[in-house]
Amino acid sequence: MSESTNTIETFANQEYKWGFVTDIEADSIPRGLNEGVVRLISAKKKEPEWLLEWRLKAYRHWLSMEEPTWANVHYPKIDYNDIIYYAAPKTKIDAPKSLDEVDPELLKTYEKLGIPLKERELLAGVAVDAVFDSVSVATTFKEKLKGQGIIFCSFSEAVQEHPDLVRQYLGSVVPTSDNFFAALNSAVFSDGSFCYVPKGVRCPMELSTYFRINAKDTGQFERTLIIADEGAFVSYLEGCTAPMRDTNQLHAAVVELVALDNAQIKYSTVQNWYPGDKDGKGGIYNFVTKRGACRGVNSKISWTQVETGSAITWKYPSCLLIGDNSVGEFYSVALTNNWQQADTGTKMIHIGKNTTSTIVSKGISAGHGQNTYRGGVKILKSATGARNYSQCDSLLLGDQCGAHTFPYLEVKNTSSQVEHEASTSKIGEDQIFYCRQRGISTEDAVSMIVHGFCKEVFRELPMEFAVEAQKLLGVSLEGSVG
Amino acid sequence: MALLEIKDLHARVGDREILKGIDLTVNSGEVHAIMGPNGSGKSTLAQVLAGRELYAVTGGQVIYQGQDLLELSPEDRARAGIFLAFQYPVEIPGVSNMYFLKAALNQVRTSQGQEELDAMDFLNLVREKMKLMEMDQALLNRPVNTGFSGGEKKRNEIFQMAVLEPKLAILDETDSGLDIDALRTVAGGVNALRGPERSMIVVTHYQRLLNYIVPDYVHVLSQGRIVKSGGKELALQLEESGYAGLGIEDEEEAVAR
Repeated sequence: MSESTNTIETFANQEYKWGFVTDIEADSIPRGLNEGVVRLISAKKKEPEWLLEWRLKAYRHWLSMEEPTWANVHYPKIDYNDIIYYAAPKTKIDAPKSLDEVDPELLKTYEKLGIPLKERELLAGVAVDAVFDSVSVATTFKEKLKGQGIIFCSFSEAVQEHPDLVRQYLGSVVPTSDNFFAALNSAVFSDGSFCYVPKGVRCPMELSTYFRINAKDTGQFERTLIIADEGAFVSYLEGCTAPMRDTNQLHAAVVELVALDNAQIKYSTVQNWYPGDKDGKGGIYNFVTKRGACRGVNSKISWTQVETGSAITWKYPSCLLIGDNSVGEFYSVALTNNWQQADTGTKMIHIGKNTTSTIVSKGISAGHGQNTYRGGVKILKSATGARNYSQCDSLLLGDQCGAHTFPYLEVKNTSSQVEHEASTSKIGEDQIFYCRQRGISTEDAVSMIVHGFCKEVFRELPMEFAVEAQKLLGVSLEGSVG
Repeated sequence: MALLEIKDLHARVGDREILKGIDLTVNSGEVHAIMGPNGSGKSTLAQVLAGRELYAVTGGQVIYQGQDLLELSPEDRARAGIFLAFQYPVEIPGVSNMYFLKAALNQVRTSQGQEELDAMDFLNLVREKMKLMEMDQALLNRPVNTGFSGGEKKRNEIFQMAVLEPKLAILDETDSGLDIDALRTVAGGVNALRGPERSMIVVTHYQRLLNYIVPDYVHVLSQGRIVKSGGKELALQLEESGYAGLGIEDEEEAVAR
């Protein structure tokens, strides 16, 4: 790890040169961060003045902030001036209008990842927005969704086409000053996905975004904003991958969800950023802020995540339960193998009456992996009749890894009910022998036992995602049991 | 040729020698009962044959279908038709009994050059075998052995055996913890699986089980060796006179003295 720090430090003093503005045809802008970079990104995106101001405000606030150190993760100091804040695929500067305009090489990459966009458009009934480095390259099914008034497009496009919606909701759940990484994202975010489901519409298909970091030493800062208007329903899937590189790459995304009266948002993530090699070299730093606001009565937001990738994961998808009777859910599987570290969990803030939240967290540690669950349940004085149920289970493979649990409970209303259960177990030699005696190999046995452990979370995932998640777990655990 | 030939088998756990020279030959279709007091090495023999790595084989040979059994991994032994009905079946939370058994059966089938069974064929097979074991179909959808009663666990072992159709079944104290009705059902299932192509080694402390599963041969194990072999009447003789009648004492007590 220290070697990659050295690499980072070598570039530390490189200053951003304003002169590169003319270099707009290039893949990426030079390393480093200053107001000029923020302006440059905004200019590349042809953004309106208010958004530039919004970014600059975030940037100035970020300068005054300290990187958080409370998480149970350890990594060399990041040099924020050694990161490239914008990288776009070579061939197109403007976003392509249809799949036919997308560089076939890019499409091939997605196919390698098992995301055949064309096929999906034709067959699967999953609408996909794909973000490659910083630019959204293809959105399928857009026309069909449009018929029902559903907007599903890249964030940049939303800024151009639906500026009022963006302006109304952007930063309304995660303010620019929320935390260090959210402020950074607000200043430099380059693209992402935008979705609006109008009143009373049930989105007829799963919406999906695939994120890909490709360029070297590039940070990916995408922004997702999903709004479900009154009585709307949407299920959204997010998948992430990155190639193997021996330097660390930063990924600092922000996701904001807004559910109005009687609306429902189901947000599922399978995160498989490059985790680094067996010795802990390289890998993505995944520092992500995800939050949903149940603004309306009877609204519901469910987060389901399967986190198998990244060298370091720092992520707490949360719910603000504002509307009366609103519901927040968090289902999580986090796996750390080799030298991976994860500090992940959720926050459930109960504000409205009779709000309920459910937390099911499954942490799996193998190799030298360190897995931390950090959860906050806050029941405010106004939240009469609020209920929470939390369950945190840890599974250990081997004796070099660790599992940690930090549940925080803050209850200010005596009519509420809060339950917390936790367990830690080890895969037993007797379980593995039992499977082997029935003809099942050790590797299959481990994967079967782990799947069993994760079952409560997997069943919350949409079908095809569940299959993908299971395969991923299998791959991520390869070689973890000798 | 014998299905299984054990020659002068020695095994230890840690630095304690438990099997001190076992000789046993099992031919196709035969049922052998292994009896003996607590601590005589009965369960160790069952586990060593199944390949449990906890036990180190320190001497001797085991030939199964003409090949060196001790060279094979536990899963390869299972795929070659060896089945151990566990004394203490293991719980696997979150993994349904059906899924587990289908994975096991298809592993065994593919390694024997047969095609995997699809979901429908598998379900038909399983339904048929469940009738045999008088098992409640709800058990299929429950996680493997999780929350099962002692009797349900033992019944589930024999049910798995019925589905996997092994060539050599080793039953390790399958009668322990069963009431008389459950014992009858389990024994009925085992008897239905007897046939010229299937051999069994039935490990038990008590003669009671052998009233229901009548063996062709009975061997008495003491201090890691077979000290007496005979026909089914040997079990009855033991029932009358006890192990002490053969001059054998309970090893745990012997150690304690």
